[in-house]
Amino acid sequence: MKAFTTHRGLVGPMDRANVDTDMIIPKQFLKSIKRSGFGPNLFDELRYMDEGQPGADCSNRPINPDFPLNQARFKGASILLARKNFGCGSSREHAPWALEDYGFNAVIAPSYADIFYNNCFKNGLLPVILTEEQVDILFAQMDAEQGYELSIDLQAQTVTTDSGHVFSFELDQFRKDCLLKGLDEIGLTLQEADAIKAYETNRAQQHPWVFGAIK
Amino acid sequence: MAGRTLYDKLWDSHLVKQNSDGSSLIYIDRHVIHEVTSPQAFEGLRIAGRKPWRLDTNIATPDHNISTDKTERDAGVAGMSDEVSRIQVQTLDDNCDLYGIKEFKINEMGQGIVHVMGPELGATMPGMTVVCGDSHTATHGALACLAHGIGTSEVEHVLATQCLVAKKMKNMRVTVEGTLGVGVTPKDVVLAIIGQIGTAGGNEHAIEFAGSVFRDMSIEGRMTVCNMAIEAGARVGMVAVDDKTIDYCEGRQFVPRGEMFDQAVSYWRSLTTDSDAVFDTEVVLVAEEIAPQVTWGTSPEMVSAVTASVPTLEQQPNEEKRKGLERALEYMGLEGGQAIDSIAVDRVFIGSCTNSRIEDMRAAAAVAKGRKVASSVKQVLIVPGSQMVKAQAEAEGLDKIFTEAGMDWREPGCSMCLAMNADKLGAGEHCASTSNRNFEGRQGNGGRTHLMSPAMAAAAAVAGHIVDVRSFEGGAE
Repeated sequence: MKAFTTHRGLVGPMDRANVDTDMIIPKQFLKSIKRSGFGPNLFDELRYMDEGQPGADCSNRPINPDFPLNQARFKGASILLARKNFGCGSSREHAPWALEDYGFNAVIAPSYADIFYNNCFKNGLLPVILTEEQVDILFAQMDAEQGYELSIDLQAQTVTTDSGHVFSFELDQFRKDCLLKGLDEIGLTLQEADAIKAYETNRAQQHPWVFGAIK
Repeated sequence: MAGRTLYDKLWDSHLVKQNSDGSSLIYIDRHVIHEVTSPQAFEGLRIAGRKPWRLDTNIATPDHNISTDKTERDAGVAGMSDEVSRIQVQTLDDNCDLYGIKEFKINEMGQGIVHVMGPELGATMPGMTVVCGDSHTATHGALACLAHGIGTSEVEHVLATQCLVAKKMKNMRVTVEGTLGVGVTPKDVVLAIIGQIGTAGGNEHAIEFAGSVFRDMSIEGRMTVCNMAIEAGARVGMVAVDDKTIDYCEGRQFVPRGEMFDQAVSYWRSLTTDSDAVFDTEVVLVAEEIAPQVTWGTSPEMVSAVTASVPTLEQQPNEEKRKGLERALEYMGLEGGQAIDSIAVDRVFIGSCTNSRIEDMRAAAAVAKGRKVASSVKQVLIVPGSQMVKAQAEAEGLDKIFTEAGMDWREPGCSMCLAMNADKLGAGEHCASTSNRNFEGRQGNGGRTHLMSPAMAAAAAVAGHIVDVRSFEGGAE
């Protein structure tokens, strides 16, 4: 997995609450059996004026000029500034895949839906949780300043503005370690193979009906 | 020691290892697989040179992107008209064949929407951990399981290790006491709960549904409720074991028989919350105050009684919520203050993992019987949740009731709930839908979804607009 240590980058906005994963990547693109290539269809229904089709070239599609991320000043944004309950709805991991493929390395929001939050860590995408007041400050600064950039330090768990704000954020130690080192979680779990087998042996004695029924 | 909740018990009994950093390794009993969120996981296994940890834990079926049209379905996977979808379903078949994973293929008896299939085959049993790459996996919690949706990386993780790295959630209890009124269904109860606590109200929580309303509810009704826990933000929804749970399980295909069944039952009986257990969050609703519910906006929390009106901007003091309301009304093409039962519908969808079981089919048929779809309604799709539901409905003659009313009786699948296949709304079309999400574009680009119960959706099909099913003779049983 891709590691995340520190990142400095341009901030782009998604200024609405409860952004769902259908909005992040609409269902027709879920027909793909690949993990990559979802970036051009990130926020497809908001971003373009026509209806996107899987596999179609997006370079000549009519874009929605009112969608902020289409504006020149946000071109190349790598930090998405968002509102509360970001990523609600479907469990589709295509949502973080699309954000990452578009070029985002981190999302900053006051809260996330649980499954989306979890999925981000599997893909080197850092979901930062700040308070609503802190997010308001960042939105205000971004609105006021062209080329607005932020610095994120995962080890220190801070988001730093050029104006001198240093906002701390919390996350689980395990997730932090995996992301900092880009660890393969499956490989880590397989190091516990003996404990898993011991659990299974014990469980098969206590609850034998859980095993063997499906063939 | 304080008593334990149902969730505590399920968590404790699946704990493989508690790590010092607060994370835990949790054992997974049942892994349900479908075509959309699994191909990249199988590919990951192959790239890493790994194999599934256990085979008899997995059960697979295609449901999300398959056609519900009989002619196309009869042609099997090879006959799927959408080439990209065909490759995805073929990939599921190939992966299951390669690894020896039990799959109910596209037209096989047993196939169905994953969350209909698991319980009806007895692949889901009380006390299990059940996961699937689909957020509506909480459905299985109706059988006192710890069931939740996962992403594709976790699908791969479960395939390879039979475990997940997890952090224990907080406990929430939603209690609904009293007796539901005539015409008020499990769907109305869960929509009312979401309306009260909001779409993020259950974030970081596992919800247990408790109280007389759920005790009186059928297992299928409990599935409808648990299914939509995620629409309140909770990955997990559950109901404790009682006689109904055990009666439901007995005799199903993968449920043990004889002595082992008795042994299982004696364990299952322990799967209730202790009377002295403490919940982090408690929510209480009163059954008698719940009317048939309809969503008018673009989030499941934007819901009201059918007798109410669409809220006005002036009624919303919170600025952020007002902005959301304004955007929702614009998207939905509605005016604040408009009566909900004045909203005309263009299409009707009765199906999805929320409401496609036999009781849902019966409830819709009770309204449709002897009536005709309004001429202004373009299409009414009735999509049974599984091959078994379809067969049962046909044995009861429900398909005839629907077709005589002018409704389309379809093949099992997810269909217009997420509109990955050809079943979708056109831009601007209003749909009375028994599914679970009314997000922008969910049922088709520009489509406008109104979530409601099967009886309410059938009534809307007949009336041509949203209508209180309680005003329909025979409809509110």
